[in-house]
Amino acid sequence: MSTVMTKNAHESGGRTVQNSGGRVVIVPPRPSAAVRRVASLVDAQIAGLVLKRLATAIVLLLVVSALSFVLISLTPGDEARAIVGLGGTEEQYLQVRVELGLDKSVPAQYWQWLTHAVQGDLGDSLTTNEPVVNSIQTRLGVTLSLMVLSMILSLVLGVLFGVISAVRGGVTGRLVDALGVLGFAVPPFWLAAALITIFAVNLGVLPSTGYVAPDESIGLWLQSLVLPVLALSIGGIGAIAKQARDGMLEALGSEYIRAARTSGISSTSIIFRHALRGAALRVAAVTGWITISLLGGAVFVESVFAIPGLGSLAVTAATQHDIPLIQGVVVIFTAIVVIVNLGTDLLNIWIDPRVRVA
Amino acid sequence: MSIAEVDSTALNKAASSDSPSFVRRLLRHKLAAVCIAYLFVLVGIAIVAPIALPDIAEQNAGSLDAVLSPPSLDHLLGTDQLGRDVLDRLLVGTRTTLVGVGIAVLVVLAVGVPLGLAAGYFGGWVDRAVTWVSDLLFGLPGIVVVLLVLAVFPYSMVAAMTTFGVLVSPAMMRVVRVSVLPIERELYIAAARAAGLSRPYIIVRHVVPRVSGAIIVQTSVLAGLSLITQCGLCFLGLLVKAPEPSWGGMVADGVQMIIQSPWLIWPPGVLITVTVLVLGLLGDVSRDALTAAWAAPLRSRRRLPVAAAADSDSTVAVDTGAVLTVRGLKVGFQSHGGAETRVVDGVNFDIAPGETVGLVGESGCGKSATAMSIVGLLPGTGQVEAGSIFFGGRDLTTLSDSELNQVRGRDIAVISQEPMVSFNPTLRIGWQLAEIVRRHHHVSRAEARSRVLDLLAQVHLPDPAAVAASYPHELSGGMAQRVAIARALAGDPSLVIADEPTTALDVTVQAEILGLLRELQANRGMAILLITHDWGVVAEMCQRAVVLYAGQVIEQGPIIPVFQEPRHPYTKGLLMANPHGVPSTAALPAISGTVPPPGQWPSGCRFNDRCAYATAACGESAIPLMSVGTRREARCIHSFMLEGESA
Repeated sequence: MSTVMTKNAHESGGRTVQNSGGRVVIVPPRPSAAVRRVASLVDAQIAGLVLKRLATAIVLLLVVSALSFVLISLTPGDEARAIVGLGGTEEQYLQVRVELGLDKSVPAQYWQWLTHAVQGDLGDSLTTNEPVVNSIQTRLGVTLSLMVLSMILSLVLGVLFGVISAVRGGVTGRLVDALGVLGFAVPPFWLAAALITIFAVNLGVLPSTGYVAPDESIGLWLQSLVLPVLALSIGGIGAIAKQARDGMLEALGSEYIRAARTSGISSTSIIFRHALRGAALRVAAVTGWITISLLGGAVFVESVFAIPGLGSLAVTAATQHDIPLIQGVVVIFTAIVVIVNLGTDLLNIWIDPRVRVA
Repeated sequence: MSIAEVDSTALNKAASSDSPSFVRRLLRHKLAAVCIAYLFVLVGIAIVAPIALPDIAEQNAGSLDAVLSPPSLDHLLGTDQLGRDVLDRLLVGTRTTLVGVGIAVLVVLAVGVPLGLAAGYFGGWVDRAVTWVSDLLFGLPGIVVVLLVLAVFPYSMVAAMTTFGVLVSPAMMRVVRVSVLPIERELYIAAARAAGLSRPYIIVRHVVPRVSGAIIVQTSVLAGLSLITQCGLCFLGLLVKAPEPSWGGMVADGVQMIIQSPWLIWPPGVLITVTVLVLGLLGDVSRDALTAAWAAPLRSRRRLPVAAAADSDSTVAVDTGAVLTVRGLKVGFQSHGGAETRVVDGVNFDIAPGETVGLVGESGCGKSATAMSIVGLLPGTGQVEAGSIFFGGRDLTTLSDSELNQVRGRDIAVISQEPMVSFNPTLRIGWQLAEIVRRHHHVSRAEARSRVLDLLAQVHLPDPAAVAASYPHELSGGMAQRVAIARALAGDPSLVIADEPTTALDVTVQAEILGLLRELQANRGMAILLITHDWGVVAEMCQRAVVLYAGQVIEQGPIIPVFQEPRHPYTKGLLMANPHGVPSTAALPAISGTVPPPGQWPSGCRFNDRCAYATAACGESAIPLMSVGTRREARCIHSFMLEGESA
C-alpha cells in the first residue's frame, strides 16, 4: 500500500519537460490522483482493520472460555458433588453430573458450552440457577456507567494535567508528575475507603455506599457514583497525564514544531493545535489498556461501595466458586476490551493520516 | 490500578547503556539507595517477623479490654475490632504480601525475558508469533481472569499470582524486545556470529547484559503492580483465610469498622502506598539513570542576564542600508554540568536588501547556530551570550519571545533543511499554510485559502488545490521543499534564511529548487541568507560569501574575488577540495585533520594546526579580521601570501 506515497517523482512516473528557459524540469505527477487513491483505500483499510480485530476477538474469546474448562479438568472433585452435598445419594450425584454435562469429556463439555454460547446462552449460575446472561444483563449498565464516567474524567483531567506539566515544567510540572506517581501507587480499594471516610463519614455530603438507578433519580444516580468514579479514575488520570506529557514533549521537540515557530505561529496554536495532536496519538494508544485497568479497578471499587455491577458479581462468583457465572463475566469484559480497542484503532486512523497507508 | 509503563520509547533508549555502570550509577543515586534500603528492610521483616511473633498468624482475639484502641505506647498503631495489635499484624502480614509479589515477579521474568529476547534476536516468524501471543494476553481483563482461577483453586496464592504474572509478562516481553532489536543489528554481534559462537551463548554473553537495565526498570514497575493486585485480592478475602494477617486483609477489616474507627484503614493503606511508591520511584530513577534528561522547556532564555558588551573586531562599520546586521554575535550552549560551550564566537556580517549571502563552512562551524539565533530559536540550552542582530532598526537579541514571534514568518522566514519532517504530519498542507497566512495578514478563511493556492502556484506546483488537500507524507521530497518555500513566502518576508535547502534532495531536484529561489527573489526583492557547505550552490546563488570556521568568520567578500583568489588558507582548501560538496562528515582531502569541536579550539589562529602556511606567530595570539580589499576581510596574518594565487 505504501506505493501510494509519491516518494520520488521519477519512480512514480513524473514527466520530463523543458520549461521556457530550456532547462529540463521533471514535473511531478499530479498529486490529486494519489490523494484520490488514498481516499478510496481508507474505506478498504477500515474494513480490513475491523475484520482483523474481529478475528483476534474470536480467538481471544475462545482462549478465555476454554481456559476455565482446562482449569476445571485440572482440579479433583467436581461441582456436582458440591451441589449434592454430603447427604446426597450416589444416584442424585450421578443425575446432577448428567444435568451439568460433567459425565462427558472436557472437550465435549467445552463444545457444548460453546454451541450454547453462540446462541446467547452462557449456562446457568451454580448458586442461583439463574441464566448467567440474565445476571449479566441486569448489571452491565451499572458497570458501564461507572466505566464511561471514569473514562471521561480520566481523559479530561489526564490530558489537562499532561499538557500543563509539559508546557509549564517547574513546580506545576512536578506536582502533576507527583500526582501521576501517586495515581499509580494508591490502591483503588483503599482510596475508596479513604474517600468514604472523608466525604461520607466526616463531611456527610455524599452517600457512603449503595447505588441508585438513573431511571429512579438522575441526581441520586450521579451522587451515588461520585466517590466510586473518583476512586476508580485516579490511576487512569495519572497514566493518561504521563502519556499526554510525554507526547506533548515529543511533539514540542519535533522539527515541525520548530518550523511552525519559525513561521511565527502563536504559542497557543502550537500547544493546542499542533502539539496536542501528537499527544492525542499517544493517549489513544493506551486507551485500550486504560479500559482494562478500569475494569480491574471496578472489581474492587464496586465491592467497597456495594455497587451491584459486574465487578462485584465476579467477586461473589469467585467466593462461591460459581464458575459459569464468573466465566460469563470474563467473556463480557473481554468483549468490552475488544470493542474499545477497535474504537481506538478507528480514532487513530482519524487523527493520524499516515496510519491509513502505513 | 495503573502501570507507568507502555513507555517503550524511553526504555528503548535504555538499550544502549551498559549494565554494570548502570547499576553503579543507580547505587550512587541517593533516592535509589534509599528505595533499595527500604526494600531490604521489608524483606528482612518478611523473614524475621513471623518467627519473632509466632502467635500472631493464628491470633483470633487480642486484648479484649483494648478493642479498637487508638495508637498508644502499648499498641503503637492501635488495635483492631478484636483487640489485636495492628503493628504486629502488619509486620507478620509482610511475608504473605511479599511472597505473592515474588511469585508474580519470578513468573514475569521467566516468561517475559526469554520471549522478549527470542522475539528481538531471532525476528521473523518467532517475533510475529511472540508478538501475537503477547497482544492476545494484553487484551485480557486480567483481574477477572485471576478471579476465575481463584474460583477454581480457592485461596491458592501460587495459582493466582502465577496467572497474574503470565498476564502482565507481555509488558516485560515488549520492553526486552525493543531493547534487543537495535543491539541485534550491531556489528559485534555479527562478528560474534561469524566467529561461530552459538546463538544462546551470544544472547547470554552479549545481549542480556545490555538489556538488564531495561529489565530492572520494568521489574520494579511490575512488582509495584503485583503488590497492589496481591493486596487487592487479600482485600477481597480471596487469597488468605482469616485470621492470618495480610496488608490487604487489614484494609478490609478497617473498612468494616469505618464508622467506629476510621483510623484502621490508614496503617495498612499507607504501608501499601509507600511500598508501591518506592517501587515506582526506583523504576523512575532507574529510567533516568538510563536515559539522559531530554525535556527542554518551551521558552528558552535567549540571553544571559548580564550580556557582555558587543566586542566587535570587525573593520566593517555598521551598514545602515543593510537589511540585517550581525555584530559580535556569541552563542553558547549549556552542558549538563552547567558549563558553557561557545559555538559562535564573535561573528559579524551584513546582508543588503535583495542580496543573497552564503554562510559557508563544514558542519560544526556554527552556521546553523548563527542562523537560528537570528530568529531566537536556538535549540535546547543554546543562548545568545553577546552581540547584536539589527533588523529593521531593532536589535533582535533584546526582543521578548512574543515580540520576536511578530518578526518570525512575517519579516524573517526560514526554509528548513528537511522539508518532509517540517510539516505537521496530521494536518493537511492547505490548513497549515492557511494558518500562517491568517496569522500574518488577518484575512478571512476564504481569502486565506485563495492566497494559499496562489502561493502554491508561485512555487510552480502543478495542481495547487490537490497539494493543499494532501497530507505531508503524500508529497515527494521536491514537492515538500516547494511547499516549504511557499510557507516561507506566506508572510511576505524581507529576509529568508534557507538552511541547507537542497541537501536532502536529488541532484536534479536541487537545481530546480535553486532556480525557483532565484526566480522568487527576483520577483519579490527579498534578501536570502543561504547556509550551505556546497560551493557549487554558493557559486550559483550568492553575491557574497561569509566563511565560518570554529565559530568565527575567517573570510568574507564578494563571490567572484573569493572564488578566484581566496585570501584565507581554509577557504582555499575548501574550494580546492570541494567545488561541489562532499558529505560534510568526511574529512576534506586537501586539508588534513577535522574541525576542532566547540570548546577545544586552539589558541591563536583556530586553523593553525591544519594549515600549510602556519608559522610560530599563528599560535601566539588571536588573529583579528583584516581588510584585504574592497569589502573583503580575512582572518589570516599570511593572507598576503595567497594574493595572486588562484584556488
